[in-house]
Amino acid sequence: MKTDPTFVDTLRLGGEFDARMCMNCGVCTALCPLGLEILPRKLFRRVLLGDHTAVEGQETTIFSCLLCRLCEQNCPGGVHIAENVRTLRTYLNREVHGLAEA
Amino acid sequence: MPVPISATLGMLGDNLRKRRSALPLGRRVSTAWARGLDLPHGGSTVLYTGQMWQMVPAINAMSRQLSKYENSRLTGLFGFARTLNRLVNLTPLLARTKASERRAYNERLRNIVRLLRAAGVEFGYLYADDVYAGGLAHDEGLDRALEEHARWVWEVFRRNGVRRVITVDPHTTNMLRSVFPKLVPGFSLEVRSYLEVLAEKRLTARAPLERTATIHDSCVYARYENVVEPPRTLLAGAGVRLAEPELSGKMTFCCGGPIEMLFPGKSSEVATKRINQLKAVDSRVVTACPLCYANLSRAAPSDVEIHDISDYLVEAYCPVEA
Repeated sequence: MKTDPTFVDTLRLGGEFDARMCMNCGVCTALCPLGLEILPRKLFRRVLLGDHTAVEGQETTIFSCLLCRLCEQNCPGGVHIAENVRTLRTYLNREVHGLAEA
Repeated sequence: MPVPISATLGMLGDNLRKRRSALPLGRRVSTAWARGLDLPHGGSTVLYTGQMWQMVPAINAMSRQLSKYENSRLTGLFGFARTLNRLVNLTPLLARTKASERRAYNERLRNIVRLLRAAGVEFGYLYADDVYAGGLAHDEGLDRALEEHARWVWEVFRRNGVRRVITVDPHTTNMLRSVFPKLVPGFSLEVRSYLEVLAEKRLTARAPLERTATIHDSCVYARYENVVEPPRTLLAGAGVRLAEPELSGKMTFCCGGPIEMLFPGKSSEVATKRINQLKAVDSRVVTACPLCYANLSRAAPSDVEIHDISDYLVEAYCPVEA
């Protein structure tokens, strides 16, 4: 895995991203109506490590999230999961979809 | 092939920037519901629809089309559709709606007007200036287009001298109450959902309903905007005996609506899961969001009735005189 310590800062140009309180407990995954296995805990960890290829390879998962906040309501770390997912979408729209102007 | 994300979101962003809406309906369609109600134009307090109820028939039509295209080769044409849509508004073509369906959805807005009037609330309506708030662009991370749109919406409110808005759906409530203040410098409006406004009034049911039902909380009302009690207070006052589903209030389960544009198949799977949870409690389900209403209605079998809360409230609080 190639890591990039500046990746989170690039991501934050498009919004809030904070997952430092995530302790990988898995409550989010257990409650997800779609059973999204990688989002949020695994992917957020990759993001913090600066692995942007992981974000780019998980486009479908990132855009499938319902933003319903059932995970967030029960997150013991109080991570703003839905807002983090939105920030990942903004990043993909800007850097991958060529929708910088959108 | 799945629905292509970049072309679909590109079309959404283009629509918002060029035509000021996710699904541009045109003024005649978006204001038709108010005909004959004699709503005053503007004022410091307005009923703000954000065009959400008016948009549902178009969303339903679009969703029917997209579920046909999902996993077909036709999705390859989406890039071309985006280019064409820049020149001509494709919404009326891609999302053909029936007048009868539009009338049925518009009736919910008319219900809300009747209820607010029965509660003695005074308000106006902005007609052509009752614009879309941009919720879909926010959800999909189209932040650049959204920021520009939000500033424009704020200018529309300011130009009309609006200080308080009464909203009719959770998504618009969330945009104005929680998102816009972060996006638009100086944005300042008092924003309340009609359910919050009505729940504070002492309305007496003139025709109590004497029926049982279950309730589906919208994720956005319950978890984003903390609107959990008002619908329950109003339904209890209307004589409805509510049985709560296992997942309700702050622990509510999504209707699947938010991903119906990009993943119609997965969206309907979530809706079916939710319907099964609800029907285990009661065959009558009350919703309070146009998108939940539409998505659950599509997934409901014939022995499950989905009702918008305003239908029940009007029946109990503002019965038509015989």
